[in-house]
Amino acid sequence: MTTATLQAEPQPVARVARTYLNERTTIASWLLTTDHKRIALLYMVSITLFFLIGGAAATLMRLELLTPQGDLVASDTYNKLFTIHGVVMVWFFLIPSIPTVLGNFLLPMMIGARDVAFPKINLASWYLFMGGGAFAVFSILSGGVDTGWTFYTPYSSTYANGHVIAMATGIFIAGFGSIATGLNFIVTTHKMRAPGMTWMKLPLFVWSLYTTSIILVLATPVLAITLALMALERAFGVGIFNPSLGGDPLLFQHLFWFYSHPAVYIMILPGMGVVSELITCFARKKIFGYQFVAAASVAIAVLGFLVWGHHMFVSSQSIYAGMIFSVLSFMVAIPSAIKVFNWTATLYKGSISFHTPMLYALGFIGLFTIGGLTGLFLASLAVDVHVHDTYFVIAHFHYIMVGGMVMAYLGALHFWWPKITGRMYPEWLAKLAALSIFAGFNLTFFPQFILGYLGMPRRYHVYAPEFQVLNVLSTAGASILALGYFLPLGYLLWSWKYGKIAGPNPWRATGLEWTTPSPPPKDNFDTTPIVTEGPYEYDPRATEAELRAAHA
Amino acid sequence: MPEIALAPVEHQFENAEQQREAATMGMWVFLATEALFFGGMFLGYTAYRTYYPEAFAEASRHTLVAFGSINTAVLLISSTVMAFAVRAARMNRRGLLSILLLVTASLGTAFLVIKGFEYAREISEGLLPGPKFHIETSDPVHAEMFFYLYWLMTGVHALHVTIGVALIGFFALRAWLFDAFRDHDTPIDLLGLYWHFVDVVWVFLFPLIYLAGRHS
Amino acid sequence: MNEMHPTPRTYIINCVALLALLGLTIAAAYLNLGPFNTVVAMLISLAKGGLIALFFMHLRYSKPLIWIFAGAGVFWLGIMLVLALGDYLTRGWR
Repeated sequence: MTTATLQAEPQPVARVARTYLNERTTIASWLLTTDHKRIALLYMVSITLFFLIGGAAATLMRLELLTPQGDLVASDTYNKLFTIHGVVMVWFFLIPSIPTVLGNFLLPMMIGARDVAFPKINLASWYLFMGGGAFAVFSILSGGVDTGWTFYTPYSSTYANGHVIAMATGIFIAGFGSIATGLNFIVTTHKMRAPGMTWMKLPLFVWSLYTTSIILVLATPVLAITLALMALERAFGVGIFNPSLGGDPLLFQHLFWFYSHPAVYIMILPGMGVVSELITCFARKKIFGYQFVAAASVAIAVLGFLVWGHHMFVSSQSIYAGMIFSVLSFMVAIPSAIKVFNWTATLYKGSISFHTPMLYALGFIGLFTIGGLTGLFLASLAVDVHVHDTYFVIAHFHYIMVGGMVMAYLGALHFWWPKITGRMYPEWLAKLAALSIFAGFNLTFFPQFILGYLGMPRRYHVYAPEFQVLNVLSTAGASILALGYFLPLGYLLWSWKYGKIAGPNPWRATGLEWTTPSPPPKDNFDTTPIVTEGPYEYDPRATEAELRAAHA
Repeated sequence: MPEIALAPVEHQFENAEQQREAATMGMWVFLATEALFFGGMFLGYTAYRTYYPEAFAEASRHTLVAFGSINTAVLLISSTVMAFAVRAARMNRRGLLSILLLVTASLGTAFLVIKGFEYAREISEGLLPGPKFHIETSDPVHAEMFFYLYWLMTGVHALHVTIGVALIGFFALRAWLFDAFRDHDTPIDLLGLYWHFVDVVWVFLFPLIYLAGRHS
Repeated sequence: MNEMHPTPRTYIINCVALLALLGLTIAAAYLNLGPFNTVVAMLISLAKGGLIALFFMHLRYSKPLIWIFAGAGVFWLGIMLVLALGDYLTRGWR
């Protein structure tokens, strides 16, 4: 309809710029699109829905934990809740979040390409993701799964109730969506760069997506075969994990964590890339030590594959293997610390402004540092015996996943929102949301460090009465956090229609994506850009001088 | 623009060479993924064989080494024919390409038929893991483990062969009927890479399964 | 395109070599070499896989980048096997 009118009378619409959003507007044009920007939006809507499902489960859990007794849900329901929360948040929100939404949207634009290398595979990855999601939702609605997101055998393969096979199938299928995305990004980064865009001129976000993709394509297949083996064992009673079949349950853990530890870096690396972009823009400064930040991404991706055994220190793994895994785990701290130090050094003598994305970026640095340092406690063999499977672990990885990754995702969403929609979000509401998320987050999870240190085990819906105060604090924090999450959901949608028109480059940021109109046209650039300078050519002194002139 | 009318270049690429290199690289990345997919099963096999070498050797002697050896030869020859098919596509020899692809697909089918007979005989001997599994060895539990891994790994491999045969047959028809790959041999190239990869997996499976305990 | 490509002769020699290695690995399996049976079998498999990759998959004529991707699959497989076996082989140590 619309397209027909567009072609019939070109005159009236000539004033409205052709963008990827208004080029064609039928539902089919969205569901069959191969445009990386539209696929990014498809992913954005989908993962937001999954975030709401995972968040609902978390809300119920926090409500239950208000009191030491189990008065809201039964233990069985609680088991299902934390499984839903884990599975949905890990595989259907965190893993896809930044790569599939912002990565899909930005990667081709940042390297000056018209699209990713394989647009059809890109669309297929979304359908795989949704197909996997459908299985997961079916599994939840038809009674749920109580194994925890880790599916440890032989419980999952033999004794657990519920729809374990449907859930595993969902993750299996969604995994191939991940692989398709990773494959696309790797080839795109290698082959689609604009003339002059050498590796050392790539934005650090591209480096982080590239290294994330390496993990996606090399780790995800191992998860796929592991879950397939578990499901076969459950379906047919033959397999290699159950001790009664002569198997070794630890083999499942080896295979599972060979994927799931690197998966942590799938979640955090893109966030680190985002922070590099935000810090430089809002400090108006070149990144400190570009090569080191880029190389640290590669180092994290590779080292991330060598540490999985630290999840198995108390699982009767060989103590010698435990020692090796412990040492290797400590080594991951080196590239992570390089990044944190370099971001901090970037801020030094910068011309810093505290727009919403910057608040999220600064929040990320602080919270990631806490999460990372507590990881070192857990990587030491002796301390881990004490805090293994307690709330200390929960707090540690939520500082990385929520304090790190979700902060980075929201920061990125706000930073590139004007590029995606062409509109600005309302700044003061956004700042309020960012601050309540930061406050709510810390109030939720800092008490959990203490709870864990005092010995409260994870995955129980009842607990000793002396833990109640800290649990009430945590639940109170969670409600502030929830409020903070609902705010952006509301005002971002509002700004889509009513926000201030942003213009091509509201942040005066460098980077090729800001050289094209907002929202961008379908092919991103009118002519293929030619790159002659590095990614972060900001000048803090000039910015200061401008500011002084403006306020004089 | 090159003077010969090359493959249609999709809008995201600048030229045919970029398109070709991207496709080839994509295939190699996919094969790396596949290697890790099989790798999980290979790890299972290696771990248990390290722990129960005797049980695995005894069980391995119950496999049908003649079937396995012939099948290895069949796959190796099919790979050779596939290599010639890729060459024919590069030289734009449509008739030769279709014939060579059909020969490759037939050899792949032969592999599956032989495998099918082998499976049938093993089922009749009670070597399919499950309630009816039966074997005369000193450690039947881990012999069953061996046979589970055998069925699993050869089964997943056979699935890959089946997909390969279907694609090769389909491409043969497209070459024959529509001259589909004139000046556009990248798809054949990628198909070849996939087929050779499936061959490499079998090259490693063969000694692990059929030859583990032959000497004693 | 402009890359070098193997001749039919190369393919035929490669095929003969692969079949010869197949014969060799079967023959070697029936000799008692103690623990070296597995080593020999795996070395022969590596040789066969290498020949297929180098000549049939044109790795020998490919750019270094393709070597890196082919190598990455093997390398990461190695990480998985080595570190996991590091657990299995040392569990009995005291």
